[in-house]
Amino acid sequence: MDAISTIFKEIWKTLRLIAMNKMGLLGFIMIIFFILMSFVGPYVVAPDLQAHVKEINQGPSVKHPLGTDFQGKDNLVQIVHGGRDILTIAFLAGLMTTFIAVLVGSFSAFFGGMVDTVLMEITNFWITIPKFPILVIVASTAKLTNLWLLALLLAMLSWGGFARQVRSQILSLKKREYVEAAQLLNLGPLHIIFREMLPNMMPFIATSLIFAMTSAIYSQTSLVFLGLVPFSGSNWGIMLSSAFAKGALYQKDAIWSVIAPVGAIALFQLSLVWFSRSLEEVFNPRLRSGV
Amino acid sequence: MTSPLLELNHVSRTFMVKKQQIKAVDDVSFSLGTGEVLCLVGESGCGKTTTGKIIAGLLSPSSGKIFFKGNDISTLSKDQHNAYRLGVQMIHQDPYASLNPTQTIFEILATPLRYHKLVKTDKECRDRVLSLLELVDLTPPDDFVEKYPHQLSGGQRQRVSIARSLTVNPSFLVADEAVSMVDVSIRISLLRTLSHLKDELGLSVLFITHDLALAKYFAWDGRIGVMYLGRMVELSPAPFLVDHPQHPYTQVLLSAIPEADPDITRKKQSLQLRSMDVPSLLRLPSGCSFHPRCPRFAGQLCQEQIPSLTSFYDGSAVACHLVMDDRKKDVIKA
Repeated sequence: MDAISTIFKEIWKTLRLIAMNKMGLLGFIMIIFFILMSFVGPYVVAPDLQAHVKEINQGPSVKHPLGTDFQGKDNLVQIVHGGRDILTIAFLAGLMTTFIAVLVGSFSAFFGGMVDTVLMEITNFWITIPKFPILVIVASTAKLTNLWLLALLLAMLSWGGFARQVRSQILSLKKREYVEAAQLLNLGPLHIIFREMLPNMMPFIATSLIFAMTSAIYSQTSLVFLGLVPFSGSNWGIMLSSAFAKGALYQKDAIWSVIAPVGAIALFQLSLVWFSRSLEEVFNPRLRSGV
Repeated sequence: MTSPLLELNHVSRTFMVKKQQIKAVDDVSFSLGTGEVLCLVGESGCGKTTTGKIIAGLLSPSSGKIFFKGNDISTLSKDQHNAYRLGVQMIHQDPYASLNPTQTIFEILATPLRYHKLVKTDKECRDRVLSLLELVDLTPPDDFVEKYPHQLSGGQRQRVSIARSLTVNPSFLVADEAVSMVDVSIRISLLRTLSHLKDELGLSVLFITHDLALAKYFAWDGRIGVMYLGRMVELSPAPFLVDHPQHPYTQVLLSAIPEADPDITRKKQSLQLRSMDVPSLLRLPSGCSFHPRCPRFAGQLCQEQIPSLTSFYDGSAVACHLVMDDRKKDVIKA
């Protein structure tokens, strides 16, 4: 019981920290909303599988708050059903990108010398490769039906810049006196990197995670849009793709089947960026004092 | 004869700055026994901190040897090197930078204890942390364990930093300007804590400071070493150095200490430097590096030959041609 109550206390404390920044709180609520909508929503709202010929390309109405698409399917229902893959991949790819970047960047900076030279040369080489063409080629040759594989591929292509940023942060932290003291106490490189240095750059890491997530969302919707990832079912990218395929650009009435997925993507991105404003409060003990 | 705890043998350290060599520490030798105190004083940039860092193992000397408990530290086995690493601890100058802002005081002190398996149980760990806090006069310790560094004052932080260096039971402390950043009003009590710890735990202390008055207070039963531009110019027992400064640089330093009593200040003879500017380390003067400023400058010999630190029978050691000439009889022949 004790352990559970401390966990609840910690969660409550974190929530109050998040609430200290109004924009951050708004972003947090929106993220929670998107997560609930995408993961719980499909069980509540029945999927719209049938075409309704009489209701093609309608604008918003009480019956269809976000209008209908070229088959007369409700856009809102599709948004609810199409978020799960996007969110999962964004989260997985973001985590993997950050993980690789932190590992490469921190080891490179901490050990210096040959390790630094080799790792940074690889990173530099990696950064200069045009990534989207590679992504397109790999995605079209290998059948990426597995969420994890796609996330890993997105992460493999985007860690370079973050790794360099992490490296520069660690280079500066390495000269701090408390890190020097940890070296004198012989606490070992793993402890020094993960327990002394990384906690001091958590706001930065969390922000990078969020930016990695947003770029993963763009990459995957682009892939889906180009029809290179054969996703079954609905997906914000697929909605966009089929809206364009069915000539949404030339039909004034079809605008809502473009606005709905684009709006969903943009709003989710915006909530992530707003949420990142609260992270400084969560990770910096100096700002915690009020809670 | 037992070997001293720590011995520096002609240690030098050069840094490369834009392909130019900078001699931060040049040919410094001294030794320190268990429980002894040595104060290093000198202007900023004279190599005090570099010397301290070399001793603590944060920098390696460019040339020369360091012996810890009689063993050359460059040839130590892994276990011995570990023992040396933990045996020599350092207290940093800036208490605002030397504590990790993301950890509580408890975490800061418990980490080395746990990492080096100095405590077995959680209970033992907490007890040890509390007793360490008490040792550095942070009482009652329960008030401090759960705090973050930013919730403490500069003096309290410095005490935490001292406690941290004591977690691994060192035998040698390098205190690098350990009290310079704290308020004057707290300085004396911090110094008392330090000297009390030194006596109680039998620590040897290398006390680095730019303030001769502090050195005089702290090292009264130890020795004071005066450094100038990377070289040791005088190394004597503290009372002797304060009462009979021999090197012209030491004499100038001592005459520059402000006195609380204006009468004393007026009566004190003030020595005039020939030049107020400290020469750049990039272009060290030839011969004795102090000669362009020396009030006793005596021509060619000073300009051409670097004086070496010469020991006298009364326990003092001075690097100055003039002093050597005056006291030829007292020189201990190497």
